[in-house]
Amino acid sequence: MNVVQLHKTPRRMGHVNVPKVTMAHGGGGKAMRDLIDDVFISAFDNETLATMEDQARFRLADLAAYGDRLAMTTDSYVIHPLKFPGGDIGKLAVCGTVNDLAVGGAVPLYLSCAVIIEEGIEVELLREIARSMARTAREAGVMFVTGDTKVVDRGACDKLFINTTGIGVIREGINLGADRVKLGDAFLVNGLLGDHGAAILNARGDMKLATPLESDCAALHGLIADLLAAAPGTRFIRDATRGGIATVLNEVADASQIGVEIHEDKTPLRDEVRGFCEILGLDPLYLANEGKLVTAVPAAQADAALAAMRNHALGREAAIIGHATDGRPGRVVMHTVFGGRRIVDMLVGEQLPRIC
Amino acid sequence: MKYVDEFRDPEKAKTLLAEINALAAKLHAGMDRPLQIMEVCGGHTHAIFRYGIESMLPDAIELIHGPGCPVCVLPMGRVDDCVALAEIPNVIFTTFGDAMRVPGSKKSLLQAKSEGCDVRMVYSPLDALKLAKENPDKEVVFFALGFETTMPSTAMTVLQAEREGVRNFSLFCNHITIIPTVKAILDSPELTLDGFLGPGHVSMVIGNASYNFIAEQYGKPLVVAGFEPLDVLHAIWMVLKQLDEKRSVVENQYSRVVPEDGNAVALDAIGRVFELRGFFEWRGLGSIDHSGVRMRDAYALYDAERKFSVKSIKIADPKSCQCGEVLKGVIKPWECKVFGGACTPETPLGALMVSSEGACAAYYQYGDVEKIHTKRAEMLKTGTLS
Repeated sequence: MNVVQLHKTPRRMGHVNVPKVTMAHGGGGKAMRDLIDDVFISAFDNETLATMEDQARFRLADLAAYGDRLAMTTDSYVIHPLKFPGGDIGKLAVCGTVNDLAVGGAVPLYLSCAVIIEEGIEVELLREIARSMARTAREAGVMFVTGDTKVVDRGACDKLFINTTGIGVIREGINLGADRVKLGDAFLVNGLLGDHGAAILNARGDMKLATPLESDCAALHGLIADLLAAAPGTRFIRDATRGGIATVLNEVADASQIGVEIHEDKTPLRDEVRGFCEILGLDPLYLANEGKLVTAVPAAQADAALAAMRNHALGREAAIIGHATDGRPGRVVMHTVFGGRRIVDMLVGEQLPRIC
Repeated sequence: MKYVDEFRDPEKAKTLLAEINALAAKLHAGMDRPLQIMEVCGGHTHAIFRYGIESMLPDAIELIHGPGCPVCVLPMGRVDDCVALAEIPNVIFTTFGDAMRVPGSKKSLLQAKSEGCDVRMVYSPLDALKLAKENPDKEVVFFALGFETTMPSTAMTVLQAEREGVRNFSLFCNHITIIPTVKAILDSPELTLDGFLGPGHVSMVIGNASYNFIAEQYGKPLVVAGFEPLDVLHAIWMVLKQLDEKRSVVENQYSRVVPEDGNAVALDAIGRVFELRGFFEWRGLGSIDHSGVRMRDAYALYDAERKFSVKSIKIADPKSCQCGEVLKGVIKPWECKVFGGACTPETPLGALMVSSEGACAAYYQYGDVEKIHTKRAEMLKTGTLS
């Protein structure tokens, strides 16, 4: 890797010998050093981090080899429960930030990891989450180069909050933006929608539905690279996280001042997610995804884009769901399976289950 | 998906629509207003918007979205009572999700929660009872809300609490009953309705005979309808058919769920726990006699109103708000003076803007905005809207 190495003498790694985190682990002394070593440095296992300097340092020339623009993004992860079917907060914290870089056309390279830990959390759970972060980062080809750890009083946070900041580089010629969509462009998604939102709601346990629902949490940079190669005219990509594809489509309709029309029968949904939404009175278009994107490509490249995504493991169920139209600018309209049409607006707050 | 897709078949919808178009054209000939059919139940309103059913119907048919959204007709004073209960130290206040955002005169339950009250969303009153058992040193109050659809489950929960000797559980009872309200609407002098879609889930509990007076005394057809889009179209067709044949009877389109006589076990539980109130206040409609239920004296222990001496202060609806006229079908949601301006889903003035089952929120969220803008502009020009 091209990170500047400061010195190479390995130091002795600390170890935590108690089962739970206490305020002492945030005190800045030896206990904190032990926690950072034991949980994070050992999992992330790279020499830059091990030097424990206050900042990561990059050679500009090395970065420039990837393209002509730096991309930077940050996201904080607060999720209950910390572990859920299909992932955990650690995997989410890597995939989410990698995806935020990748949807801008950037090659994701480096991540920071800042954690806020509530006293009393099991150290073994932290280790498990850190290992999950490390594994996900390795698979995504990104490296943790700097970090921070804070411990707060019980009740001051919910077990564990993670913030990751990501840096990537955008290749010359790639220019994606929500304001670039043109009349006639096709909208595509890379697969079944709403899995993450439904899995999390179910994992919170109120309904206790026995379903195989799993979060779709995944890093999408590989799929996006294939998409951009097959459809170089791609106008826009965004990952459909909180607020689901309905929110992304509204944002792009507004930014590009176009109408968007989608077709309910083209919108890929798993039967389990449909059933889950039917029971709770939720609309799957607004459910969160953590491994799904919405993209707009010129109509002439739509088939190529679709084929490229379907060729990738994370895009087998990709579909063309609609088009940019000369309808009322900023409006998203859905043609329902039943033959009617309705407006798909932004949500005001979060979706709440209906009474009856 | 089985038992769902069959009821959303676009081909069957086309056949029904062709017949609806023909019948509506025939019936509408010579009328100076559209045929008005009221769906009483908020669940129907939701389905109508969700599947875009209004966009499929001919202009000769106008759907009037009735008072059947229990969250919408909840008066502001009762929300204040909820907040007051939630603010009592040691109380865990439990509620269905969509009641969280309903505005009180000062705040909603969602705001109360943000200020530190222990307000929790549950899916069933049984979840609230479970919370009570898990927290014996707390008082758990369940916000009992809804028509006869949800009444049996709260009644059964109270009976279970009694059986298990749970003492730290109570209901804040706001259950309402549909028949007196439909009657109040029928007695309204502004009424021009031609027929009704009857509430499917309420009827599953109370049966169909309760509606006979609508057909017999008021001469209006009523068809009890299911909640899938084909159910709604089918029921509209059945109402038109009655109008065409100059009949007015109660018919059951939703026979796969609704038994003629309702559900005896559910009715028995309701009868044991609840009794009619002299009157109940409805948001937008005012006070309606015998339209709500309270807990019988035998269950006073489980009645939050008595346990915590709830104040129940009456708060007048905002003057600018025309929810009542919308509920009665006198005006369409977008004809209200504050629709989309002072009253939006972000800052609802009237309750109809709060729940997704409320007619105004449904129009705002799913409605044909171009049509609404054009109509509002026309009305401003002609002076019917200021």
